[in-house]
Amino acid sequence: MGAWLELCSRLSTVLGPMSRSTNCESQNSTLYRLARRTALLLPALSVVYAPLMSASSWGPSSTPSIFKPDSTPALDIHHLSLFVMSMCLAIFLVVFSLIVYCIVKFRKKPGDDDHEPPQIYGSNQVELAWTVIPILIVVVLFLAAARVIHAVEDAQFPPNTIEVTATGHQFWWEFQYPAYSITTSSGRQVLTTANELHVPVSDKDHPTPTHIILLSADTDHSFWVPQLAGKIDLIPNRRNEMWIDPHDVGHYVGQCAQYCGTQHAKMLLNVFVDTPEDFQKWVQQQKQPAVVSDQVAAGRKVFETNACMNCHTITGTIANGRFGPDLTHLMSRTTIASGVAPNTQDNLTLWIKNPDALKPGCLMPAMQLEDKDVTALVAYLMSLQ
Amino acid sequence: MAEAQPIVPPLAIPQEREGARPFVQVLHDWIVTVDHKRLGIMYFSYGVLALVVGGIEASIMRAQLAFANNNLVSPEVFNRLFTMHGTTMIFFAAMPIVFGIANYLTPLMIGARDMAFPRLNAWGFWMTAFGGIILYFSFVGGFGLYGAGSAPDVGWFAYAPLTSPAFSVGHSTDYWTIGLLLSGFGSIATGLNIMTTVLCMRGPGMKLSRMPMLTWLNTVMAFLVLLAIGPLTAAQLMLLVDRYLGGHFFDTQAGGSAVIWMHFFWIFGHPEVYILVLPAFGVLSEVIPVFSRKPIFGYSIMVAATVAIGFISLSVWAHHMFTVGMTSYANAFFVASTAAIAVPTGIKIFNWIGTMWGGKITFKTPMLFSVAGVAQMLIAGLTGIMLSAAPFDWQLGNSYFVIAHFHYVIVGVIVFGAFSAAYYWYPKVTGRMFNETLGKTHFWLFLIGFHMTFDFMHIPGILGMPRRIYTYEASRGWETWNLIVTIGVIFQALGVLVWVFNFISSDFKGKLAGNDPWDAWTLEWSTTSPPPDYNFAELPVVRSRRPLWDLKHPEDPDWKYE
Repeated sequence: MGAWLELCSRLSTVLGPMSRSTNCESQNSTLYRLARRTALLLPALSVVYAPLMSASSWGPSSTPSIFKPDSTPALDIHHLSLFVMSMCLAIFLVVFSLIVYCIVKFRKKPGDDDHEPPQIYGSNQVELAWTVIPILIVVVLFLAAARVIHAVEDAQFPPNTIEVTATGHQFWWEFQYPAYSITTSSGRQVLTTANELHVPVSDKDHPTPTHIILLSADTDHSFWVPQLAGKIDLIPNRRNEMWIDPHDVGHYVGQCAQYCGTQHAKMLLNVFVDTPEDFQKWVQQQKQPAVVSDQVAAGRKVFETNACMNCHTITGTIANGRFGPDLTHLMSRTTIASGVAPNTQDNLTLWIKNPDALKPGCLMPAMQLEDKDVTALVAYLMSLQ
Repeated sequence: MAEAQPIVPPLAIPQEREGARPFVQVLHDWIVTVDHKRLGIMYFSYGVLALVVGGIEASIMRAQLAFANNNLVSPEVFNRLFTMHGTTMIFFAAMPIVFGIANYLTPLMIGARDMAFPRLNAWGFWMTAFGGIILYFSFVGGFGLYGAGSAPDVGWFAYAPLTSPAFSVGHSTDYWTIGLLLSGFGSIATGLNIMTTVLCMRGPGMKLSRMPMLTWLNTVMAFLVLLAIGPLTAAQLMLLVDRYLGGHFFDTQAGGSAVIWMHFFWIFGHPEVYILVLPAFGVLSEVIPVFSRKPIFGYSIMVAATVAIGFISLSVWAHHMFTVGMTSYANAFFVASTAAIAVPTGIKIFNWIGTMWGGKITFKTPMLFSVAGVAQMLIAGLTGIMLSAAPFDWQLGNSYFVIAHFHYVIVGVIVFGAFSAAYYWYPKVTGRMFNETLGKTHFWLFLIGFHMTFDFMHIPGILGMPRRIYTYEASRGWETWNLIVTIGVIFQALGVLVWVFNFISSDFKGKLAGNDPWDAWTLEWSTTSPPPDYNFAELPVVRSRRPLWDLKHPEDPDWKYE
């Protein structure tokens, strides 16, 4: 009996308030009430997925499985998916058994005579049953799905929500934090980084969701970090949005999920979830203009006298291109080329000499610099802490 | 010679083998033919050829994906391969195969001498054929003035703005556009022809309510063709206007809309799935009764379910677009319409089981493919239910799970249905029996390969692997699954080889089939194998849904019960 109550309470976590660690509540709609009432009719199914639900958060994983959710939208989807899958599994078991039964039971046996079996043309009762039961299942499924659609899409956000604008480019990600800016002698610039998104952890006591505006600079892309949320497309001329509230500190992986051109495959996403203190530290560091050091003046000169500066921004210098990633704090990132290679001296050198070696078909041209210029340039880039 | 006991005596001696005539003359006869049977064979053969070409493209992709960070093909080549694979399989393999089946069988099943518009029929085939040739010419002329050797690489649904001149330089995308435009005209012609034939050419006593299931399903398919191809044609023309006349329909840099292209494409694209699968359902609905020795269970509700699928399929397109940021109300609507289509589809599965229930089932090759088709439709339908729940689709959409799901429909049901049809009607088309052992070998090889490939393909999708990536990181835990998936391809390829060998060799050495080798009940089995040019010398008057049952069982005819 205790186990049964436990199951029912788990069920209520599935079908009850889904947005539990943030105040992204939106549960007063008619859809919600209908879905909740219908859901109460289905405790039996909880048997199937109750064991799967025991871990409510998984922590970051190198395999971005949708069954290791660690953020409210992903958890809501996860719970819905377990519900839908158990329903489908039940249907599969019943119908597949019927098929197997037919194959085994009604096959023509060697000793059978050649008489035709009784000719049955149909049965109104049976046909009515297998029309009505699926209709009921579809209604339940619709209500359960509508509830999660509403909870995720129509969520309200607390005032301390972090705002990020993500812009998809062929083949990298630009992230801007409109609330933070870098002040330089020439004015203020929105805090901009690339490919590695930093967000604060969100827990029950201090919900700090991150609200992401999704834009595209060129073709369609799709933002998909399976452990944090479902994917939403980035479409040019259109403003989409999504939100995440990661429950654990760590590094989450994902990648572009809408075909966007040659290097769609190497448009990886890395989300670093920091403690609130670490996140503030990161923001403070990113708000500084680029380091200026005389030791790397030669490399800076190479950067500013070649086409590099047409595409890349280094805040505080004359380089303010927007076509490629912002390099102001390049060395604060762990990877280059949108997650393709670790951010090391060797890889930077290779990347500048021949980008196609790391990422064939990417839009960064090989600049044909002399070796000593490349060395100086890499030294300069590596000073951009 | 003929082992099977013909109920209706042969009306004509099987035609003399054509090899006796000069090759050029035979070729000329086939090219200028307006005979629905020859066009049916040509459609089907064209589809099989495209199936092999598309299969080779898929095999190269699978070889590339077998290992992480593999370098067998470049990203450019991979992107062309998946674009060509998808386009080829949908428009030049699956469509011609279902049109071939419909073309060959519709007049024979309803007691007509030919299709309503024989010349339009030939025109439709050749438009489709030339469409495919133009698409493949892109391998030679794709880059136009910029150099050779570039097929389209925009994906088979060619989302804007990737197709705009800014992102798609050269002419490869134009070959794709014009190839599909032409084949679309051919498809509309054939759809119109099938519909008119069914509505106007039925033989004596063949009421709509007595038509064989396959003919019913082909009729609904033809309606869908007429309704669905139009939007695609319109979109292709708009794209051409964008690319060559300075239009901005889909040009996002000038204020056009990428989402409008998606709507146009999927208003075509989702009914298209039913255009392909309904004829496969029709094949299953013919084969399962004959090999279970029972009439189809619940004929009326099967027809009603077909019509319902036809209507509902026109209202579900935006479930391909759950991730484009529609409002919660729009998403909820498409959840409801998509899930609703499961009801008539479920009815069909239940009725096939009802047909087998209490029968005396013999598992000849056609029946093996059909029963596997039913089981696979069940699984494909259930993964479809999962995807219909929009939030679940936010995770699974555009992942390998979706690839697995729709290949379960297209290979697991449509290709299995096509194989079933090929085996079932092979004796009628050629007049000879195929080799049953080789048929069963084909079935088991293909079944094993299919399940290795497409069952295991669901898993990397769940583990976060998006589609259309030419390679992937080693650390993601996707390698094992991808390797199994690739190995499955080998079994499928072997199965198809056995099939082709069996059909070619049996055409020469197979024993004569007689008119009615399966002891079946529909009209096509009352004429000779192969049927004469005029199809029927004498038509039995149809009094029920199983005219040949009535002839064979005068003491207990069907019409007493209908």
